[in-house]
Amino acid sequence: MTQVKLTTARDEQLRQVNASQTIRAWRRFRANKRGYYSLIIFVLLFGLSLFAEVLSNDKPLIVYYDGGYYFPLLKSYSEKTFGGDFDTEADYVDPYVEKLITQGKNWAIYPLNHFYYDTINYQNTAPNPAPPSAQNLLGTDDRGRDVLARLIYGFRLSVIFALILTSIGVVLGVIAGAIQGYFGGRVDIISQRLIEIWSAMPELYLLIIFASLFQPSVLLLIVLLSLFGWMGLADYVRAEFLKGRNMDYVIAARAMGLSDRAIMWRHLLPNGLTPVITFMPFRISAAIMALTSLDFLGLGVPPSTPSLGELLAQGKDNIESWWLSLTTFVVLVGTLMLLIFIGEALREAMDTRRGG
Amino acid sequence: MSETPLLSIDSLSVEFGRGEGPYTRVVDNISLNVGRGEKLALVGESGSGKSVTALSVLQLHETNLCRYASGKILFEGNDLLTYNDSQMRGVRGRDIAMIFQEPMTAFNPVYRIGDQLIEPLLIHEGLDRSAARKRVIELLDRTGIVDPHKRIDAFPHMLSGGQRQRAMIAMALTCKPKLLIADEPTTALDVTIQVQILELLEDLQQDFGMSVLMITHDLNMVRRFADRICVMQEGHLVEENSVQVLFDAPQHPYTIHLLNSQPESLGVENEALEDNKILLQAEAIKCYFPIKAGFFNKHVGDIKAVDHISLDLVRGETLGIVGESGSGKSTLGMCLLRLQNCEGAIVLNGQNLQQLSPRQLRPLRKNFQVVFQDPFSSLSPRMTVEQIIGEGLRVHFPEMNQAQRYALIVKTMQEVGLEENMLSRYPHEFSGGQRQRIAIARVIILEPKLILLDEPTSALDVSVQKQVLALLRDLQKRHEVSYLFITHDLRVIRAMAHRVMVMKEGQLIEAGKTEDLFTQPKSDYTRALLNASLYSA
Repeated sequence: MTQVKLTTARDEQLRQVNASQTIRAWRRFRANKRGYYSLIIFVLLFGLSLFAEVLSNDKPLIVYYDGGYYFPLLKSYSEKTFGGDFDTEADYVDPYVEKLITQGKNWAIYPLNHFYYDTINYQNTAPNPAPPSAQNLLGTDDRGRDVLARLIYGFRLSVIFALILTSIGVVLGVIAGAIQGYFGGRVDIISQRLIEIWSAMPELYLLIIFASLFQPSVLLLIVLLSLFGWMGLADYVRAEFLKGRNMDYVIAARAMGLSDRAIMWRHLLPNGLTPVITFMPFRISAAIMALTSLDFLGLGVPPSTPSLGELLAQGKDNIESWWLSLTTFVVLVGTLMLLIFIGEALREAMDTRRGG
Repeated sequence: MSETPLLSIDSLSVEFGRGEGPYTRVVDNISLNVGRGEKLALVGESGSGKSVTALSVLQLHETNLCRYASGKILFEGNDLLTYNDSQMRGVRGRDIAMIFQEPMTAFNPVYRIGDQLIEPLLIHEGLDRSAARKRVIELLDRTGIVDPHKRIDAFPHMLSGGQRQRAMIAMALTCKPKLLIADEPTTALDVTIQVQILELLEDLQQDFGMSVLMITHDLNMVRRFADRICVMQEGHLVEENSVQVLFDAPQHPYTIHLLNSQPESLGVENEALEDNKILLQAEAIKCYFPIKAGFFNKHVGDIKAVDHISLDLVRGETLGIVGESGSGKSTLGMCLLRLQNCEGAIVLNGQNLQQLSPRQLRPLRKNFQVVFQDPFSSLSPRMTVEQIIGEGLRVHFPEMNQAQRYALIVKTMQEVGLEENMLSRYPHEFSGGQRQRIAIARVIILEPKLILLDEPTSALDVSVQKQVLALLRDLQKRHEVSYLFITHDLRVIRAMAHRVMVMKEGQLIEAGKTEDLFTQPKSDYTRALLNASLYSA
């Protein structure tokens, strides 16, 4: 098709090419409406979830008490501050405290959702798990914690976890793939065999073993999953580097006297990033899935942590409580779908043959 | 011409675009006729729309990327543009056949040659396999392939470029087409083979009584071949005439320009160089690639890419290295720049490069640089021109500050004929000639003493070729650089080189001063090369 590209008339050529590659890729991305809107929605949702403490918390945002302003979100105040009895931190869910800070001239502004992810609603009249009500918009789980709050925090944790895992995977994968592809030959053969051996390790068993050896934590999960998550990407980067290292511009750079590292960084990497960027959304969704399934199996994050997988497991245990499984399912499917649509649009944007 | 022409293209316009988006007119209002048994050549530089015109006849464009804004393509009186897909399939291969530029990619690598040749016979003629096979063997024999009954079972990669092009022609001829469209059929081939293919095409054309529409960028190549020539420029047909008239009295300025763009000697003075110091001396360069076989990778032999070649080069001199593809000329160049491991001594400026480690070599690299054939692949597509040209400076002159570097880049840009405002653009925004200028600027900014030019003009249009050669000569005079000029094009070498080396299969065939070698070649091989290139000149 190069012939066809070459034959575009001159003025049109000038108009089109004045945009840099990035701008043209962005234009192609925007052309895919579904992917573009998915990206907007995803960024919006994730952006909002970063402020989850302000959106969903059991502490008021601002308290006006006795002529002074208090910010319980930022600072912990004892109950005595508001005229209570204890020296411990005020429990704003307690109806007594709530009364203290709202009666008379005093007022308090609460977040939209009155619950933190581990707040237990003791005031609920229905047995736990309680169905949706005016207080708990999406009901409570089997310990009386607000489902909406847990979904918001769980979504945030899942996405952040996935972003960290993917970033580590990309860095490791790119480095490993770059070294294999650039040096080729013996380095390539030996490291390929090592990767094959490494990838044959039973990941799930290792997780089960480690989950029983160590205190489960998000960090441990990231470390363990990172150990295996980079290999798929390394293959693509390796292929790109193998292809690129014999290109004339790489030989020209060698003739110029550039060091290996500079050639890899400045010449090969920018040209080998297409598969990396294209696969990113799919890897993020895979990481979310991995975390969810591990939590579902009870091998994931510690019990009190808000997690979509743990909610799903509760939904399985309380099959009649539809608000547990259905809401989690919607959040999970929605997130994964947005990511896949974004990935689709990215793949089209990276395809330079599409013009635009 | 009283009878109706075989193919008649009537005010055809082709536009490219996508969906609603803006459409670019690539072919504008073209009308031309191909008579029965006529050989018509469509000539133009890249981007002139000649291939698009030819592909329109068979409607081989991606249909969602192009539209026909106006015009008719009448083949034996029927408008091909109104045909649907299945009707078109009946025409393709049977009435109109096509051969392509690159014979390697035109064949499917996983099928045997024979299977691919038999296919049209089964589809269009309804022959059974054994009859079709017999026909194919006859055809291969006719196109000059030795041992056709053996070659029919070969895979494409087992044939040489020339053989593949012959097989390609055989494939096009299987159904005795009335019209053969040849899209740059010889461009990818060596000169000696080019001549053979052209002769074969001419021979077959008379034999089969078919019409040929030949598409090429090389005006001189078709001089012997075509009856009539159409010259295209930027989508327009600028001149149409018989060969005789067109060469003797060209009308349109563009045609005159094309005819004048043959590289001519730019004045080579050998005498001036005689007392110059020796810059490069290479002794018995040897580069073997081992052939390994069997489970244990036993060393069973060597491909002798470069076999005991010695050469020397003085300051400001151009040494041409000539040879056909596979002669080892590029490998020799890579060896001399220490980009390829080899045996033998390489002494540059009194320093033996072979004894240095890659790390020790790196700072010296600014003295010997390289310019490649393909300006599309030799510039990193994700770097701006400023980054590309300035890269060497960062490595070799790290003490320079931003402003000094920028000033030097701009000065070099002007020296190679580029503008300062192009600095922030990317390589794909430039034409082939401009890219080659960027590649040259990247090299000369380091003020090297030796530049390896590996087919620097082969990928360029003739008129651009001439400009680039002039630029190279100019730079040589100004900076007293030495060139190692690798090429297969004898016309270019005659215009550029002080001395010439002819290589074949890794060995030195002949060396000498350019004019001596061209006027009194000593070896048969050189003579054959010269004849081949004179055929088209």
